Amino acid sequence: MSILTRPTVEKIAHLARLAITEEETSTHVKNLSAIFELVAQIKMTNTVDISPMAHPLDIPQPLRSDEVTEKDQRKLLQSIADSSAIKSGLYSVPKAY
Amino acid sequence: MHNQTLAQLSKGLAAKKYSSVELTQYYLERIKKFDPMLNSFITILERIALEQARRVDQLRVTNENHSPLLGIPFAHKDIFCTQGVKTSCGSKMLDNFIAPYDATIVTRLHDAGTVLLGKTNMDEFAMGSSSENSFYGPVRNPWDCDRVPGGSSGGSAAAVAAGLIPAATGTDTGGSIRQPASLCGITGLKPTYGRISRYGMIAFASSLDQAGSMTRTAEDAAFLLNVMAGYDEKDSTCVNQPVPDYRKNLNDSLEGLKIGLPKEYFIEGLDHQVERIISDVIREYEKMGASVKALSLPHQHLSVPIYYVIAPAECSSNLARFDGVRFGYRCKNPKDLEDFYKRSRAEGFGEEVKRRIMIGTYVLSAGYYDAYYLQSQKIRRLISQDFQNAFKEVDVILGPTTPTCAFKLGEKTNDPVSMYLSDIYTISAPLAGLPSISIPAGFIKGLPIGVQLITNYFTEAKLLNIAHQYQQITSWHHDMPPQFSPAS
Repeated sequence: MSILTRPTVEKIAHLARLAITEEETSTHVKNLSAIFELVAQIKMTNTVDISPMAHPLDIPQPLRSDEVTEKDQRKLLQSIADSSAIKSGLYSVPKAY
Repeated sequence: MHNQTLAQLSKGLAAKKYSSVELTQYYLERIKKFDPMLNSFITILERIALEQARRVDQLRVTNENHSPLLGIPFAHKDIFCTQGVKTSCGSKMLDNFIAPYDATIVTRLHDAGTVLLGKTNMDEFAMGSSSENSFYGPVRNPWDCDRVPGGSSGGSAAAVAAGLIPAATGTDTGGSIRQPASLCGITGLKPTYGRISRYGMIAFASSLDQAGSMTRTAEDAAFLLNVMAGYDEKDSTCVNQPVPDYRKNLNDSLEGLKIGLPKEYFIEGLDHQVERIISDVIREYEKMGASVKALSLPHQHLSVPIYYVIAPAECSSNLARFDGVRFGYRCKNPKDLEDFYKRSRAEGFGEEVKRRIMIGTYVLSAGYYDAYYLQSQKIRRLISQDFQNAFKEVDVILGPTTPTCAFKLGEKTNDPVSMYLSDIYTISAPLAGLPSISIPAGFIKGLPIGVQLITNYFTEAKLLNIAHQYQQITSWHHDMPPQFSPAS
């Protein structure tokens, strides 16, 4: 029996904002279930008192002062952007629904 | 000329045997002639490369103090942002993306005088072990064009192996430098996490991703690491550690070197011929004065399962930015905002990327986070501790890079778990953040295979020394695939 069901796969696709067809849903049920069968063995490992490892070197996140560091690059960005998306120096974006 | 190392080409340029323009033209001709068989490049920058080559030839005349990389033809994996040049990451999503800035290592290698000839093909967003998951079509292995070159840095690996470029960059998240290096018969170095800036390197799994080099030799990797390594304030995970001269200790004796052989690396599933080749490598090291010790990495078997939780979790977060709004692919005629997001992403991403986004979304979703993601991060610490225990007893860990030689194109595309297991030996080093290298160690029925070496954090100089010494007494790294041996 598959670990993941069709409704679960449809829910994940919605959360991930990915459109999937009926056929793709079936493929995802099969492949994702096989992957989670491989992953299932992690549940058997005793990790009591083990702290999670978020950074390979356990180095704290460096912080900098809250100052503007980036220069205005509008001209550069407009020079390399898709020219059909620029109108009167402004960016043309899709209609907000 | 195309079978020469970067070190040899550097000497040839310094001795004025040829100019950078001549060298650049030579490699461009080879790319034009041979790349249609390999599909190793996404973008070829002929005009830009020749302009740059002319500039560096001038620089050589006017300035005596120049980098050993001055004038060397080079290629970047198409995951590195290059200002004004398409940076696709192998994806339809970024097929129209012109990077507005350079990645830090692109800047560093440019400033050192390398000449950028092009951007290499790769698995989409670096997700894959065969370089078949590219929007631009699969890359082929120059030793057998019906086989994969490995992945995700398969374009760089194939191009270097076929002599289309002396060296190139790669990136390694679970083996994406070392696995293709093994399958293509070249040298692939993944340095310590944080040794090289990730700024401008399109993110896949941020706690694992690391840039590195794909070269013919360990000596060439040392040349490149001297330029690529170092602190960069633009990458908050880049570590502020001094950068030694990685070429300085290449010729140190290996007398007294302690090599660890994890019993978990020599298990069922490892091709017997690969095992025999690894035994031959061990014997060569023993002849050089090294001793061998059996050891255990007891959580090694959990590397692949936790990798396929952690990497997809980070990928699902990193790739959320590709929404069709600001840059990248945008679907046609959306009926509402949700349809706009969903179809832009579904049409812009390939199958493997979507699969990993789905896995990551699931393991981070309410009710599953602790059981999958948190548990994996705890096991990751156990894997890291296993390595630290091992390094109390040995200087280097040695084993196969890959369980088999290159497999056939299409052989594993419908079986993701089988594909994931081809990285079984390479995944644990990035989980622990350790430096690791794959060097050519022999052939099985005409296909190359590599040996993998892993050392402790920030000991790349030692790692390169160990690899270089092996390459002083063997010649596997000089072999060229016969079809690509003739000069163009």
